[in-house]
Amino acid sequence: MEKVLTRNVGIEGSRTIQVYRKRGGYETLAKALRMDPDAIIEEVKASGLRGRGGAGFPAGVKWSFMPKEPAPERPNYLVCNADESEPGTFKDRVIIENDPHLLLEGCLCSAFAMRASRVFIYIRGEYVLGARVLERAIAEAREAGFVGEDILGSGWSCDIVVHRGGGAYICGEETALMTSIEGRRGNPRLKPPFPAQFGVYGHPTTINNVETLSCVPFIIERGASWFASIGTDERNTGPKLYGVSGHVKNPGVFELPMGTELMEIIEEHAGGMLREGKALKAVIPGGSSTPVLRADECRGLRMDFDSVAKAGSMLGSAAIIVMDETTDMVAVMERIAHFYAHESCGQCTPCREGTGWIEKILHRIRRGGGTPEDLDLLDQVAANMQGVTICPLADAAAMPCRSFLEKFRDEFEHYVRHGRSPVAAG
Amino acid sequence: MFDEQFEKRADEILARYPRRESAVMPLLHLVQEREGYVPLAAERWVAEKTGVSPAHVHGVVTFYTMFRTERHGRYVLHFCTTVSCMLRGVDHLLAHAKEKLGIEVGETTPDGLFTILTVECLGSCGTAPVVQVNDDYYEDMDVARLDALLDALAAGKEPPFPPGPGPRRVLVEGD
Repeated sequence: MEKVLTRNVGIEGSRTIQVYRKRGGYETLAKALRMDPDAIIEEVKASGLRGRGGAGFPAGVKWSFMPKEPAPERPNYLVCNADESEPGTFKDRVIIENDPHLLLEGCLCSAFAMRASRVFIYIRGEYVLGARVLERAIAEAREAGFVGEDILGSGWSCDIVVHRGGGAYICGEETALMTSIEGRRGNPRLKPPFPAQFGVYGHPTTINNVETLSCVPFIIERGASWFASIGTDERNTGPKLYGVSGHVKNPGVFELPMGTELMEIIEEHAGGMLREGKALKAVIPGGSSTPVLRADECRGLRMDFDSVAKAGSMLGSAAIIVMDETTDMVAVMERIAHFYAHESCGQCTPCREGTGWIEKILHRIRRGGGTPEDLDLLDQVAANMQGVTICPLADAAAMPCRSFLEKFRDEFEHYVRHGRSPVAAG
Repeated sequence: MFDEQFEKRADEILARYPRRESAVMPLLHLVQEREGYVPLAAERWVAEKTGVSPAHVHGVVTFYTMFRTERHGRYVLHFCTTVSCMLRGVDHLLAHAKEKLGIEVGETTPDGLFTILTVECLGSCGTAPVVQVNDDYYEDMDVARLDALLDALAAGKEPPFPPGPGPRRVLVEGD
């Protein structure tokens, strides 16, 4: 496939506005500013673009919830979610660090469509380099008249602010992210009201992922039908960034059509299994919160929203974590459990207590102190966390736990009986 | 408590936001950049600047793991121990660092040079394992690269290689 989102990656000087413009950059913004904002929203709807952050909600539909005539005292905001923190996910970083102006152009086109006068780019605090690259790019874009007052003489004004996080995974959740922009602890809040009605400072707000916004200039430039022609079907469209990590020879981010087969991604693009002669055991398809797949479930699986859902997991952030036969699945699950226990904000009891208990029980099993009853207890604790909290972090912890238990129960049982893993490396 | 130039930078940050309270985190980052941590007195300074209570600022400082309330070593080594780095041998790398420096996670070497911390996923999974040294990501790390980096820093020299990805390894250490 022709490179779209990553077309400037690896080009010398790709971070600079000179190189970006030489390669056609910001021409789409000029085109967008001559369009009717609603026509842009319709185009994005027709393209089938779904949110690349993990939830897969249709972007154009989300945009249509924003007020068409914002009151002066309640301006519309666009927030770019660059908090990329789901374990295994490192795709947005590629765009931010290599092609910051693509993201800015995407933000500006989208903000114009939504009549937003301000964009906040919420970037995870650890991406210090990314924040610096974006700050410089914004300064260049401001100098060139693409950011600020009366952009390209259109009468529309828009400012972009980079806001750095502080190392809290939960701030990738959109309501926690908005709370964090407001200068507070990143506690999620209940929906409804949804951000389009009550967002940052109570103003109408839309939150989109970096990759989602980076698709927008191409949709405007080449048309919805071009975008929709890439992918599995009309519900799963466009180019997609897949991040592959774990036991493969050539881990990295690969831009491929939505719905590329998982085994093709692993074997052809990621170079196949890391260690010669070691077979594939399991894959986490969309970041550590998504249910794990056994090797046999990976064959023939297309990596798009609906196909992965049909296989009982989620495309999520398309963060593919590959594990070979030497992997101690109980140890991996313990590590995942630790992550969610560490990152729970503590507001809701089922999450605060549940993530802690899952970690403790797994720790006990790993140290050889587990009992057969612990396995049922684990599943029960996880089941009681699902769907009962303000935000989905509890579900994000429960889903991998239940799927690891279901699909690799023999390994958990071996641990309980013998106090150690059945695999050699364990 | 800060000089004029620092106050000016703080005011520039405040001017970016429609509401002052949004500047709480950026100002805390600014303080930590300069001081290496967030002293209690600086929390009060942030509170005054942003119009929120000192308790509010303290709540923010303690919620976000990146803000530190005590001084760390000159070089803070953040080892990512989450799944992708685990699969590529970070446990072995961390054990080596602890032994080499003679400290545990959370401790600082007696000369004040190095602090070892473990962190959750840094978003460098394709170039795992990653060690973030202060702000910089050192990727595709192994024992040899870590040794070379730590030895150079300990000798007051420039790092022997730039931050970012390293050569591709085919073997996972520690198996």
